[in-house]
Amino acid sequence: MMQDTVRDLGRFVEPDRVHRSVYTDPAIFEREMETIFHKVWTYVGHETQVPKPGDYYTLLIGRQPMVMVRHEDGRIHVLYNRCAHRGAMVCGALHGNTGKAFTCSYHSWQYHTDGTLESIPLPKGYEGTRLSPGSPEFNLKRAARVDSYRGFVFASLAEDGPSLLEYLGDAKIAFDDMCNRAPAGEVEVIPNCFRVIQHSNWKIFLENQLDALHPSVTHESTGRAALEVEHDIEKRNGKAPLDYHYLSAFTTPFHKWDTVQTVNYPNGHCILQGYMGLRPQDPDTLAYEAVMRKHYGAARTEDILGVNIHHVLLYPGLSVQSPLQQLRAVRPLSVDRTLTEIWHFRLKGAPEAIYRRALGYYNLVNSPSTMVNADDLENFWRCHQGLASEGGDWVSFHRHAGQDDEKDGVIMSRWGTSEAPMRNQFRAWTHYVAGGR
Amino acid sequence: MARTAKKSAPRRKRATAAKGAPVKRIVKTNGAYDTQRQVEQFLYRQAEFLDEKRWSDFIELFANDGLYWMPASPEQTTGEGVPSIFYEDRNLMTVRMKRVTHPHAWSQSPAWGTSHLVSNVAIEKEDPRTSELIVRSRFHMMEFRRDASRHFAGTYRHRLAKTKDGYRIKLQRVDMVNGQGPYDYVLQVWV
Repeated sequence: MMQDTVRDLGRFVEPDRVHRSVYTDPAIFEREMETIFHKVWTYVGHETQVPKPGDYYTLLIGRQPMVMVRHEDGRIHVLYNRCAHRGAMVCGALHGNTGKAFTCSYHSWQYHTDGTLESIPLPKGYEGTRLSPGSPEFNLKRAARVDSYRGFVFASLAEDGPSLLEYLGDAKIAFDDMCNRAPAGEVEVIPNCFRVIQHSNWKIFLENQLDALHPSVTHESTGRAALEVEHDIEKRNGKAPLDYHYLSAFTTPFHKWDTVQTVNYPNGHCILQGYMGLRPQDPDTLAYEAVMRKHYGAARTEDILGVNIHHVLLYPGLSVQSPLQQLRAVRPLSVDRTLTEIWHFRLKGAPEAIYRRALGYYNLVNSPSTMVNADDLENFWRCHQGLASEGGDWVSFHRHAGQDDEKDGVIMSRWGTSEAPMRNQFRAWTHYVAGGR
Repeated sequence: MARTAKKSAPRRKRATAAKGAPVKRIVKTNGAYDTQRQVEQFLYRQAEFLDEKRWSDFIELFANDGLYWMPASPEQTTGEGVPSIFYEDRNLMTVRMKRVTHPHAWSQSPAWGTSHLVSNVAIEKEDPRTSELIVRSRFHMMEFRRDASRHFAGTYRHRLAKTKDGYRIKLQRVDMVNGQGPYDYVLQVWV
């Protein structure tokens, strides 16, 4: 029965609608783990998350418990968090520093931070057995491929497939835009991760990220509340902190959202243009722009600051807001539970006031007390519950279907509220679950 | 600590009206006792405002420059310039209040309620010059929402200013024991 469900997943996806099973069927979820998350490049973390040798950070890639660790030669390795002896995870904590070696808590097998076996206690007893300490079989297994782009580390559990740069494609602008905005051309992670679990399938989160149709409905309460207080502060003080604008921007009416374009790439990545107008002319911004001109020259500075994007989605697991230096990694836990890990970054060489903007957004929009995601999470839960019902079999992505512009496989929406990003994600999904790379 | 409280607290007429020699001793310690009791009553009232969803009464407990702060990690010593779970002045608190009372705050529509217990109230410090108090207490909050319960527990640390209208919060720091774990959903209002 289950086998039948997953045999031909293509029939669940039509150009303008998808079958509800793709969100709710545990067998399809397992297939996604195998054909998508265990194959594609997954964001592991930022290099500055593990600055010193021995620093490590654990994470899930698909179903696999992994650990990113800095080796003594400065290289970063991504290893399976599994002792070669009896299978215990060698790292029990979320992050820390393991010194020169990982030591298994069960029988004290020790591994170098590049995964190679360092020692087994009581080595006598293995003579004449098939255990040979030099064999890779008795190391901590490495992710098949590890690569990084501008400090952002990715791993793939598949030996072959597109390189990281091929996988990122034009969506690498997420990292270029973020890093270029730093006078030093680099960013540094703030060592704090907010983790939020949503009770819904992972795809519902990704679809929501670039859904310009939802903000003025879902976030109306927060938009209105922030707008009222923003006006009130302006009346009293002349101007309100930018933080209020992050929230009051949700009152943007539908017709304005339609002017925001999405650019959709064949492998599911998508860029949503900016709408918040984040280039005010206050003294902090002007001071920052002066520093930028000193590093890049006037023309290049204009190019960098003129990049107008709100979100970049790297399918299937990463959402980046480069102008505000935020990043959300999506870790599916089960068919109806999804963890998001949320980070923010400091632009190296930029004045403190510019960091405070990223921080304000991180605290207000992305912290566990968020007044924004609160209502998204409610919707995600409602969607998942509704999709598990027999009240209907299909999810509608009809909005502007067949009305987007396509060139060389890249789909450009003519209207911001076109459901092009969702249709496009399923284009990639269909490709992956059928075994495509 | 008790000595400074004794100095600054006014003598109470009602207490001296009692009979006998031991009463004199009680009179001497009454100041500290009153402060402790007033502070406890203040904390209980704050918890009641949350449980009764009296949001504007809750905000009114804060001084005009008062802050509600839940650090992102226990090592933090200030909320300035570092990530926080909450770091709200009265303006931001007003946004939160207006949001949760808006008819289209969708995540507010399922029935939900909280119950706070506040205990282990200790006055850590009293500034003899400003009579500002640092008060440490423990809290346990159970939230019931859409057929599920969540528990949050930890430490409050209140910096309280004495005003003619009673205490006002200059800073409330909230360290939750389970604040480091992943959150199932989010925190909709102050804990």
